[in-house]
Amino acid sequence: MRLYHLALLAALPCLLVPALLSAQNTGSVNTGSVKIDSPFRPPVQFTDEVTPPQIPADVTDDRRVARNYPEQPPVIPHNVRDYQLNLNTNRCLTCHSRQYTEAVQAPMISITHYLDREGQTLGAVSPRRYFCMQCHVPQTTAQPLVPNTFQTIDSMISRPSAGGAGQ
Amino acid sequence: MRLKLPEFLLRPWRTLSSPSRYLSLGFLTLGGFAAGVIFWGGFNTVLEATNQEQFCVGCHEMNTNVYEELKQTIHFTNRSGVRATCPDCHVPHEWTDKIARKMQASKEVWGKIFGTINTRDKFVAMRRELAEHEWARLKANNSLECRNCHSTESMDITKQGARAARVHERYLFTGERTCIDCHKGIAHQLPNMDGVQPGWSEVSSEKGTIGHWLAGEVK
Repeated sequence: MRLYHLALLAALPCLLVPALLSAQNTGSVNTGSVKIDSPFRPPVQFTDEVTPPQIPADVTDDRRVARNYPEQPPVIPHNVRDYQLNLNTNRCLTCHSRQYTEAVQAPMISITHYLDREGQTLGAVSPRRYFCMQCHVPQTTAQPLVPNTFQTIDSMISRPSAGGAGQ
Repeated sequence: MRLKLPEFLLRPWRTLSSPSRYLSLGFLTLGGFAAGVIFWGGFNTVLEATNQEQFCVGCHEMNTNVYEELKQTIHFTNRSGVRATCPDCHVPHEWTDKIARKMQASKEVWGKIFGTINTRDKFVAMRRELAEHEWARLKANNSLECRNCHSTESMDITKQGARAARVHERYLFTGERTCIDCHKGIAHQLPNMDGVQPGWSEVSSEKGTIGHWLAGEVK
């Protein structure tokens, strides 16, 4: 490999990047309408600077939210700012563990959280269930970016069947 | 039998106890007054200088551990922009209490000189002990430093969540518990909390648990 080969390779990005950028810009101009190629991305070019939307407010009304399906981890209806969840301490369990639920009238964590992965019942929360906010999350007032067509099992059951054999 | 004092004690005593021979009374009184103002002012200035966050976080032990943790919490950053500095919570505001705390703080100077917590590992290892000191101090003075800002008179419990309102009414307003019993680790990370029960878990035997009260069974 000669020296000028290497030099050419090194110069390649400098030559290609402006070409690509201009290609993308002209592409969007030529099509006229803004093309959304992903539902997760707002219709802007990656070179544009956009004002980020406001951070939505937390839902902290302390009212339990129904689960959409039985296995859904219940969402957190209260403020969790500055909650410490680490090796030293678990703020959630100071209310939701079995022994403190009477004192604060908080819902107890499910019995499944006391099972290890072999199905053996433990005396305390299983280590694999310790980090609550891996599954249970607080909610905000943000509107979903992506439309959702999920239907609960109840609506599926009550729906008249396609074959007409239903009652 | 009378013991004779040694000469090096007697001579200064004679000087002090005899009337001034060359200096006027006016100079001595006014000069003494002026010197008093200067010394007292200097003392208080130094005292106040050591009572500032800049002084506290001047040591890397405070700057890299507890101050970094504080920055995340609501006592540092919040919507209204009011914030607590180190001495707001850790030094009493009343003068006598402040002096007492400052004298205790000479232990911290010792710790600084001999590097008791001069690494992160040493600090983490000692964290429980240090936290327990602060819990005990706030428990003993009825959470005085919390109450410098958070007063029960100004606390509108109708603006609180239902649970918080009832617990405050039942335990804070009656003086049965104090702030630190429940609100530990609000400005710094907690140490290993093994064996430390949350404030609402201790059963006050004669009046029943908070639970009955929260459920509305106890009138």
